[in-house]
Amino acid sequence: MTATLTDQQTTAAPLTLAPAPRPRRKPRAYSVFRATMLVVVVLMFLAPLVWMFLASLKTTIDIYNPAAAFVFTPTLANYETVFGRANYLQYIFNSFWVGFASTGLSLILGIPAAYSMSRFVMRKSAALVLMARIIPGVSLLVPWYFIFANLRMVGGFEVLILSHMFVALPLIVFIMMSFFESLPLELEEQGQVDGLTPIGAFLRIALPLSVPGIATAGILSFIFSWNNFMFALVLSGSATKTLPVAIFDFVAYASIDWGGLMAAAVVITVPIMIIALFAQKYIVSGLTAGATKG
Amino acid sequence: MIFVALLIAFPVGWTIYLSLTDASGSVRAPSDFIGLGNYAEVLTDTDRFWPAVGRTVFFTGGALFFEMTIGMCIALLLWRPFRGQKWVRVAILLPLVATPVAVGMMWRLILEPNIGFANQALAWVGIPAQPWLSGQATALPTLMFIDVWQWTPMVVLILLAGLSSLSDEPDEAARIDGANAWQRFWYVTFPLLMPVFITAILLRGIDALKTFDILYATKGKGGGSFNEAETLNIYAYGLAFDFNDYGMSSAVLILFFMMITGCIWLLTASKKRTNR
Repeated sequence: MTATLTDQQTTAAPLTLAPAPRPRRKPRAYSVFRATMLVVVVLMFLAPLVWMFLASLKTTIDIYNPAAAFVFTPTLANYETVFGRANYLQYIFNSFWVGFASTGLSLILGIPAAYSMSRFVMRKSAALVLMARIIPGVSLLVPWYFIFANLRMVGGFEVLILSHMFVALPLIVFIMMSFFESLPLELEEQGQVDGLTPIGAFLRIALPLSVPGIATAGILSFIFSWNNFMFALVLSGSATKTLPVAIFDFVAYASIDWGGLMAAAVVITVPIMIIALFAQKYIVSGLTAGATKG
Repeated sequence: MIFVALLIAFPVGWTIYLSLTDASGSVRAPSDFIGLGNYAEVLTDTDRFWPAVGRTVFFTGGALFFEMTIGMCIALLLWRPFRGQKWVRVAILLPLVATPVAVGMMWRLILEPNIGFANQALAWVGIPAQPWLSGQATALPTLMFIDVWQWTPMVVLILLAGLSSLSDEPDEAARIDGANAWQRFWYVTFPLLMPVFITAILLRGIDALKTFDILYATKGKGGGSFNEAETLNIYAYGLAFDFNDYGMSSAVLILFFMMITGCIWLLTASKKRTNR
């Protein structure tokens, strides 16, 4: 009995690449169970987002009407409010500008830093980068606010970009470090044998090879900047407001314009979701960078 | 390199300095050095500070527990390849990248006591309406739920990366020895995954302790009218930017920072033990 079972198992083992799972009993029942669970999981994560999108297409009356939960006449009026009265084009531009500028500058500073840390072994520096993750944002914000308020710079783009760089830089250094460490050192040594300076080896060999790593770091840093709320809340002025701060315009004390609010939320999240759709691989590798090395 | 060090050392140093002064009011107002006075005041404050500590610990602990448990289940579900895997991964990635403030607003509508979908759905199955975010007792658990919704995917991704780096052999060996699925997971896969599991707790825990966006977006300043959702981060923010009491705020932040570092130290110590 046990002998036949083991036999079956050993013959089944080479088939592990096939899509079907491979428990011993009731494989059929298991795959049905698994498929059901997967659907439940996907629904759990997607349903709220779908609901947000539906609500953004409803009139206020329909939002208040339970019977119109799924069947209603869609309207774009909320989006007209968002782009018209609420002046969202300006805020979208602000968010993009701050995101691109802080990401770009951080990449320029962060890539060489990460390279030197990974190549000229600086163990302590890795711990420092981790420290940057631990410090609560508010404790960075208070000193900066002091300085920039004294310089009368609060409300300008410079301060906002600079503050987002404080988040982006450690992130980029961290991701790029783990990427550079995975590059074979021999290639650069070969380059140096062939007469390249260390800087030349970095520019001509390591840098072109690390394009995927740079993409990962850049995309993540942009997303973090786009989503950042706390720094922008304190440091932005009415002209430099980014999207997460601007959404509060829809939340008045007495009443909330739910349709407008949801349309604004959709406008904020859609660009990021499009990036996520196309750059899934990079985002995942960036978020899990260093996690498996222990 | 020096730049990165400065980036971190300077604000921390400045915060420590501020925490020892009575800086408040305008940022240009002169301030006096008052030693540990702020700390004494904060540590004896049972009205706002200690409840905020309790809420922070409760929120983080609860959110972490559910995120790790559910995250582990989903990771196992997604582990072996199947058709449509790519789309499922995209689906769980979406909450993760969505702007936290927008997520907060979204849940605010869904959980709205009168018009929200959550209470409608409860009504269909005959459960009375819940106050969710607006209830004094239900606000924090609800926020915990939102945090779980948004950040469980992060745990899933880290654990999946860990799972796929494991070799198949120990699992196969246990299978041949006749271990059932649960035994294989609990005695073989899980111990092997332990270092990654702790890393996930570490990363997620740090971020959960610092949660700010969804709390502020759903409850506003001070964590609601009864401060029912005021964590340390929200408290420190309020002290600094609503009451302009920078000295006190800095003291709270330093204490908060020490708390986080303590937790991390404990976790890394336990991680070293499992590695041995």
